[in-house]
Amino acid sequence: MKRRDFLKAAGTGALVASSATTVSARENLPVPEDAVGMLYDATLCIGCRACVVKCKEINGAPPETVEGEEHWDMAQELSADTLTIIQAFNADTGPDIPNLADGTFSFSKRQCMHCVDPGCVTVCPVSAMQKHPTTGIVSHDPDVCIGCRYCVLACPYNVPKYEYDETFGQIQKCQLCNQPGVERIDNGQITGCTEVCPTGANIFGPRKELLAEAKRRAELKEGDTYTYPLQSIDSTYRYETQVKADYQQHIFGEKEGGGTQVLVVAGTPITNLGLPELPERSYAANSETVQHTIYGGMLAPAGLLAGLLYLARRNTKGDDKDE
Amino acid sequence: MSSHHEHQVLNRKIFTLPFIFLAALVLIAFYILAERMIFGLGAVTNLNDGYPWGIWIVYDVVIGTGFATGGWVLAMVVYIANKGKYHPLVRPALLASLFGYSLGAFSAFIDMGRYWNVYNMVLPGQININSVMLEVGLCVTAYTMILVLEFAPAVLERFKIPRLSQLLDKWLFVIIGIGVLLPTMHQSSIGSLLISAGHKVDPLWQSLSLQPFFALITAIAMGFSIVIFEASMVTVGFKRPSETHLLKGLGRLIIYLLGVYLLVRFGDLVLRGELGRAFAGDLRGNMFLLETLLFVIPLVILLSPGRRSSGAQLLIAAVSLLLAGALYRANAFMIGWHPGGGYIYFPSAKEVLLSLGFVAIEIAGYLAIVKFLPVLPKADHA
Repeated sequence: MKRRDFLKAAGTGALVASSATTVSARENLPVPEDAVGMLYDATLCIGCRACVVKCKEINGAPPETVEGEEHWDMAQELSADTLTIIQAFNADTGPDIPNLADGTFSFSKRQCMHCVDPGCVTVCPVSAMQKHPTTGIVSHDPDVCIGCRYCVLACPYNVPKYEYDETFGQIQKCQLCNQPGVERIDNGQITGCTEVCPTGANIFGPRKELLAEAKRRAELKEGDTYTYPLQSIDSTYRYETQVKADYQQHIFGEKEGGGTQVLVVAGTPITNLGLPELPERSYAANSETVQHTIYGGMLAPAGLLAGLLYLARRNTKGDDKDE
Repeated sequence: MSSHHEHQVLNRKIFTLPFIFLAALVLIAFYILAERMIFGLGAVTNLNDGYPWGIWIVYDVVIGTGFATGGWVLAMVVYIANKGKYHPLVRPALLASLFGYSLGAFSAFIDMGRYWNVYNMVLPGQININSVMLEVGLCVTAYTMILVLEFAPAVLERFKIPRLSQLLDKWLFVIIGIGVLLPTMHQSSIGSLLISAGHKVDPLWQSLSLQPFFALITAIAMGFSIVIFEASMVTVGFKRPSETHLLKGLGRLIIYLLGVYLLVRFGDLVLRGELGRAFAGDLRGNMFLLETLLFVIPLVILLSPGRRSSGAQLLIAAVSLLLAGALYRANAFMIGWHPGGGYIYFPSAKEVLLSLGFVAIEIAGYLAIVKFLPVLPKADHA
């Protein structure tokens, strides 16, 4: 084949390919209109772990043990058997061992953050991870999951957990108590962990209202009097108490990685509480932008294939003549 | 690929000592595989919630298919750029690619925690077109089938089935076209897999939108290197005539690839302001420097026309580049991986033995098949 033909074919392919690269960047997904969520207030948490116990009860998960028989759940980290956990962090330095005696520690509640633009949903090849279009709850369907654990890799919070010790293990994560067989949200109830929280450190509600509440708390100073709701934002159970610490102006989850439906406020830097510093643009948006720039409408691959077929045909025909 | 009667069956003993040693490694691997299937992934691997992908994915799939790109790059050179003189190298490269891709796909399958659900990857109602994994999975599977078709002429020639041969010949250009397209797609996507991991990939390797470019260009360079490596091994191992006169041309192509790669790689790090990490003196910085050194060595060797014509120098350059491409992938997926939360990972002996067993299948299979099917170029031809 002649050089001219090669250039012609290559040019056609490149033209089609470049027409596909005009696909605009995929922006962060918007917050669903009726997004539900939770607000965790580290200044109110007393570390009783009632939420952990209730979560295990709802999910039928066994307590974790370190050595043999123990009379108490020894869970240290989120796992396939522990979908939410209360951890104590050194409020000044983060991961170091907290000093409980001098009070420089803060509790932190960890579980699925129910991202507004979840990476696990974007990366799942078989749509086992789904974000509900109205409530925004991120659910998981083990009946279609292939167990590739790409969701584990892509989650900025290390939330989805695979059961490595099972022959037929599955991915486990918090589904905001709305998983099949539980469906507390669909039935007008609230999540187990908010229901049992004795201090209102963890409350349930529409994300919009929780965010407004978080902003109100950000204005509070140590010693102010404030009326905190228990269980949910619209609860009739409320109690008045003194604010224990100046709130940070940072509301975790308002913008992190495109926002989350579980929000966190605290009196100490929140990134010391086992939560990562994240850019406002979601990783899912980055990934989909690249993927759709290359594969948008399959135009680029089709253009490239056309060029390749043309050249391969010319050149394999030439082969025959040589003989 | 088309029948030129330019290939020969190597008439030698199949059950040699190396073959028996390799077969023993394969048996061990299958024992471990049985354990994984009966007791689960945790019984044989050190995988954990911070490191969901161990060496079965990073070595067997990400690096392994990188090593298996010989068939793809030669198809590009011979059938797309029409450099017919490289034709004798095609069939051996296809055989190695076929092994690399089949075992890569098989590794991905046994690493799946819920492999029995794998059919969902092809159900139109279930697939997620936003997922890079979907693209990689479907594309690797499809290409493995294409490799079977591309290699089929060797089988048809051996068993003298001319009617199928003619049919295959007629459609060869379609098979080749698709066979060049698919690895272009999935080799770049293997890099894209990491974009969604964000901060969990060290900034030295988290190049975001450049991920697919780096993965693709290093995969092509690895493809040329593996062709040089395999041809050199066949020359020495089977005491056959040297193919250096063909290989040095591939060496020249590698120069351009490496030049562009290093330019963009360092340009990206400088623009992102992350180059300083390379000199931090920590494990990740040092691994980056080692990776860069392995990319620079072949460039220095190949830039000299004299060294390029030496079979030994070419082999050194190819091995260095293969290690560079492998380390780049290992660094990006594993060594430069920081999930936080105190998680650590080092492969278990059983993970290593299973991966070794798969390498043994490739080598033993290659050794056996060239003595059974017309794969290697006729000695007088070379």
